[in-house]
Amino acid sequence: MSIFINGASKVIVQGMTGSEGTKHTRRMLASGTKIVGGVTPGKGGQVVDIDGHQLPVFNTVAEAMAATGANVSIVFVPPKFAKAAVIDAIDATMPLVVVITEGIPVHDSASFYAYSQTKGTTQIIGPNCPGLISPGKSNVGIIPADITGSGPIGLVSKSGTLTYQMMYELRDIGFSTAVGIGGDPVIGTTHIDCLRAFQDDPETTAIVMIGEIGGDAEERAAAFIAEYVTKPVVGYVAGFTAPEGKTMGHAGAIVSGSSGTAQGKKDALEAAGVKVGQTPSETARLLRAIMGR
Amino acid sequence: MDLFEYQARDIFEKHGVPVLAAAIATTADEAEKAATTIGGKVVVKAQVKVGGRGKAGGVKLAENPQDAREKAGAILGMDIKGHTVRTVMIAAAAPIEAEYYLSILLDRSNRTFLVMASVSGGMDIEEVAHTSPEKLAKIPVSAVDGISLAKAKEIVAAAAFPADVADQVAQVLLKLWDVFQGEDATLVEVNPLVKTNDGKIIALDGKVTLDENADFRQPDHQSLVDQDAENPLEAAAKEKGLNYVKLDGQVGIIGNGAGLVMSTLDVVAYAGEKYGGVRPANFLDIGGGASAQIMADGLSIILGDADVKSVFVNVFGGITSCDAVASGIVQALELLGPKATKPIVVRLDGNNVVEGRAILAKAAHPLVEQADTMDGAANRAAELAAK
Repeated sequence: MSIFINGASKVIVQGMTGSEGTKHTRRMLASGTKIVGGVTPGKGGQVVDIDGHQLPVFNTVAEAMAATGANVSIVFVPPKFAKAAVIDAIDATMPLVVVITEGIPVHDSASFYAYSQTKGTTQIIGPNCPGLISPGKSNVGIIPADITGSGPIGLVSKSGTLTYQMMYELRDIGFSTAVGIGGDPVIGTTHIDCLRAFQDDPETTAIVMIGEIGGDAEERAAAFIAEYVTKPVVGYVAGFTAPEGKTMGHAGAIVSGSSGTAQGKKDALEAAGVKVGQTPSETARLLRAIMGR
Repeated sequence: MDLFEYQARDIFEKHGVPVLAAAIATTADEAEKAATTIGGKVVVKAQVKVGGRGKAGGVKLAENPQDAREKAGAILGMDIKGHTVRTVMIAAAAPIEAEYYLSILLDRSNRTFLVMASVSGGMDIEEVAHTSPEKLAKIPVSAVDGISLAKAKEIVAAAAFPADVADQVAQVLLKLWDVFQGEDATLVEVNPLVKTNDGKIIALDGKVTLDENADFRQPDHQSLVDQDAENPLEAAAKEKGLNYVKLDGQVGIIGNGAGLVMSTLDVVAYAGEKYGGVRPANFLDIGGGASAQIMADGLSIILGDADVKSVFVNVFGGITSCDAVASGIVQALELLGPKATKPIVVRLDGNNVVEGRAILAKAAHPLVEQADTMDGAANRAAELAAK
């Protein structure tokens, strides 16, 4: 099992004909993802050959869904056009939209998130995220498929490279699904959404949660864990040394006043019974101890 | 990006939010001239991006232009919580009858916009929120619907603004929404919003934070950047398109991905505890495509920081392949030549790691040493910095 995606997921790529879109379509195909087509407004009707796969291009997500039965969309469209692309997917009632694009204005992401909530038929992951992977089943995003294989760990993280690092640390055990939810101020899928799905997924037996400074998502996740999650959870929080008022790369990673500090997040998680590591390696060791591996 | 009060005032004026006549001055002379132009009593206000300037003596009433000159002379150059005052704003003094509070902001927790409004303005609004939360109305605003006249009236009613100013405040809210949306702001705050003794509503002081992701459609925002405040290393990094933040430690850090770099800073700080409190000297994320040029740019910025005693390059190759990173380091050191003088600890893992480590081993640069793990590399870099 896995969460959000599985071996039957049919994926379309919005922005497939752009350089990033083409590059990552190739990588996703190579890792076994069922890519069934692409969407680029104005290029509908073309067929693109990517490593021997003949992929049809459509003008809209609705057309692509009607023709291919796609149930997942991944967005590589540049920031300027990302809002329109996501709105197109929501209008088509695409069930899952994974937005990889970095640098989308927060007014745009707040707007498409609000729109998705009024429609109630689309789950958004991201923006500014590495996507998600269920090793051996489906890979929707830019997470390298060769770090590790399938296994019982569920991973949710705000950061891409920390996701890779943690998968690497635990590569001998393997993952049911690893989800990079992104570090922007407004994201579609939260730690809590993933924790709930992992708790409900019978093949996930332990969970790693990676957070970072900014906002209160980790504190909320801690409260949710205390209330709902019975599977073991270990945590890691990045940004203890980040000074107040400085943005650390992710648009959301900023400490303002007393809120959003790494220490506050660590304390909240520990109060909820989550073991929190000081480094990624220590976090991996904590999980191994719990799993007896 | 946070704006100065005078920049916020100018943006308010551009969108029709009522403000007082004002001008900025960087010398006492200019302050006197500005006060003469404005006429009557004026307020001289230090322009710093930090709260509490009033208590620090950074806001003074001046009776006439000569007085404005003296007050400005005293305020310019003053240090307010580590911020040097380089500019003052000279604004007309308003006879105030009541002080209110209005803001529109991004509410991250609820993933929506939020208006906060209170008839108890003027003081620290966080204090009001803490001690008497019933006096601060918080109304969510949909990012799809925005603030309509009906919504503005709902907010004004929820905050219990007096009837004689309700319509004016609702109009101000509509204009502030124009500022918030039109300028891609994440915060627009007016504190205080005042009622003058002739019954007018005026935004007396404002705070605006802009979203830099929207720069592509906000060409005017480039001119709002405070060149003076930028650390020279940060400015140089920005010019090269690097995501760099100067910190106060001794270990220069280069990594890929914001989360991994943040984590690297923490791991170095932990390791540094054993070596007399060695700390990271910077945040530098080279992103996904670590070309030789990007690596050279990054290394030269870090090696140009006199505080740096050692460098830690921490890369997990996801999309990036480690052989490209390793070649980048080797070529960067060639480009830098004798300018590279500090030891560099490199930890590579992930995509093509064997090839990457082999390239560094073959180059055998005297300044470069490799470490197998992130924790081991952090320890070594801290140890080298403490020497």
